[in-house]
Amino acid sequence: MKILVCISHVPDTTSKINFTNGDAEFDTNGVQYVINPNDEFGLTRAIWFQEQQGATVTVVNVGGPDTESTLRKALAIGANEAIRINANPTDGFFVAKQLAEVIKNGGYDIVIAGKESLDYNGGMVPGMIAGILGYNFLNSCTGITVEGTNVTAVREIDGGKETVSSSLPIIIGGQKGIVEEKDLRIPNMRGIMTARTKVLTILEPVDAAINTKAVKFEKPAPKSAVKLISADNLDELINLLHNEAKVI
Amino acid sequence: MSILIYAESAEGKFKKVALELASYAKKVAESLGTTVTAVTVNAGDVSELSKYGVDKVLKVNNDKLAGFTAKAYADVIKQAAQKEEAKVVLLSSTTDSIYLASLVAVALEAGYASNVVGLPVSTSPFQVKRTAFSNKAFNITEINTDVKVLALAKNSYGIFENTSSLTTEDFNPTIGDADFGVKVVSVEKVSGKVSIADADIVVSAGRGLKGPENWGMIEELASVLGAATACSKPVSDLGWRTHGEHVGQTGKPVATNLYIAVGISGAIQHIAGINSSKVKVVINSDPEAPFFKVADYGVVGDAFEIVPQLIQKFKAFKEQQS
Ligand SMILES: Cc1cc2nc3c(=O)[nH]c(=O)nc-3n(C[C@H](O)[C@H](O)[C@H](O)COP(=O)(O)OP(=O)(O)OC[C@H]3O[C@@H](n4cnc5c(N)ncnc54)[C@H](O)[C@@H]3O)c2cc1C
Repeated sequence: MKILVCISHVPDTTSKINFTNGDAEFDTNGVQYVINPNDEFGLTRAIWFQEQQGATVTVVNVGGPDTESTLRKALAIGANEAIRINANPTDGFFVAKQLAEVIKNGGYDIVIAGKESLDYNGGMVPGMIAGILGYNFLNSCTGITVEGTNVTAVREIDGGKETVSSSLPIIIGGQKGIVEEKDLRIPNMRGIMTARTKVLTILEPVDAAINTKAVKFEKPAPKSAVKLISADNLDELINLLHNEAKVI
Repeated sequence: MSILIYAESAEGKFKKVALELASYAKKVAESLGTTVTAVTVNAGDVSELSKYGVDKVLKVNNDKLAGFTAKAYADVIKQAAQKEEAKVVLLSSTTDSIYLASLVAVALEAGYASNVVGLPVSTSPFQVKRTAFSNKAFNITEINTDVKVLALAKNSYGIFENTSSLTTEDFNPTIGDADFGVKVVSVEKVSGKVSIADADIVVSAGRGLKGPENWGMIEELASVLGAATACSKPVSDLGWRTHGEHVGQTGKPVATNLYIAVGISGAIQHIAGINSSKVKVVINSDPEAPFFKVADYGVVGDAFEIVPQLIQKFKAFKEQQS
């Protein structure tokens, strides 16, 4: 079984979000980058397949040289090899197009991406890859098992969950639940050492149309201060929710 | 040319987000000088859509589509868009619609923007405002393709009546076996409870509640308000509540009218998931809890004293209203 895990390199969740160049660009100053949490769950599941059922795990990222630290971390966690597509990820379609090319040429059985990345929150890439390649696609996946060429998976739906079946190859949009957080791997010393010797291939991008572009960023308007209501005057809270906020 | 919306329904009834989408589409259609067509799948009576400005409905009734299957539904929407020569295709931000939207976008070779909040900033060039960085910022996105796909964030526009005269048409798109590569084996819905996705009010609680045995008062408060219940991440990690209730950056996003947070500290990852809720009420014993910085209303005090009182007071309020 060949598994490809798509890794998005995103600002750490506690990062301060600022913009530069007339609010046209994200300010990377002082920002720590991490593996996108949704992708980390997928990566851990892939490593589980590698250990339990025998699979090779390749990680891939579309990004500049600065993202290699994130790919090395994925290698240290246990991925067998890494690919970096040397391009600035301008929009979801561009990224999906690059990844689809890698998938077509690599013959992967399972492709796991996060259902969304925590920077642009697009939620676009896994579905677009499936659309481009015409592969089976499962989004918001919270569990997956493989027997032979059959896949059984669980998907979150509004107000519950559903179990589905499919055949390989399949594209997965994964999230927490695909593994639990307590099962996430932290790179150990041995992993970090061996990661240095693993192959990291750099590919040049293929042409892709620029369908959308981010032209400007804005920060939410500053909030007015909280109205504190005394614990022995809760009628006031109800009054405010009814007459001022008009939400009850 | 027209605007096409996918009006999501469940058990023959339109979801609230479908009515919001129709209201939004009408406004976009007015600015583009065009009309709104909705495509529905096994929706039953569609007349309700005329109240919110839909001019035409393409009704798909097909037993094969009884359960949601993304590829097949995306194929239906694509064919509807082509038939109507739609330049703008609009979907909601439910789990199902988000699943569909990127497939639809690729099929129509359309630029796609998700999490759209508000009307287009400009229609030429076509620019929309969307949320980014887990609601910590907005991004103006320009779509350069002829056909555009947008997914509207929940509760970001509102529902507005705007009566139109509706025509309906039966629509029989071609769906083939290839559309059913992913088969639904079973569906488990939590019954008898308001789901977070449909709720206007969410009552959420955190580790401050000390243990799962104390959730009775949270459920009761939710039931008085017709609200859904939710929780912070440690609460679901500890197994006090199911994962489906965990909201935040790694959990569910909540965009409700009212979010009541009880015994939740307000860590940045939690706030990321609830930022787009309109009104936030925080109950916390620690006056320094970060949640107070983003709240509209706050009560500093012990949840075990405040929540039972609130239940009584909301009950009295509801009775007085009815
Ligand atoms: C990558 C990453 C992703 C994450 N994603 C999420 C996410 O999606 N959602 C999420 O929620 N968290 C997330 N977290 C965790 C987050 O950082 C916090 O740890 C979490 O939100 C804290 O939950 P809590 O407020 O319930 O618990 P605590 O931090 O323990 O806070 C409990 C609060 O209850 C108050 N309290 C205690 N007793 C009472 C009482 N009797 N009455 C009233 N108040 C009381 C306390 O003052 C305190 O403020 C994430 C963390 C990381 C690193």
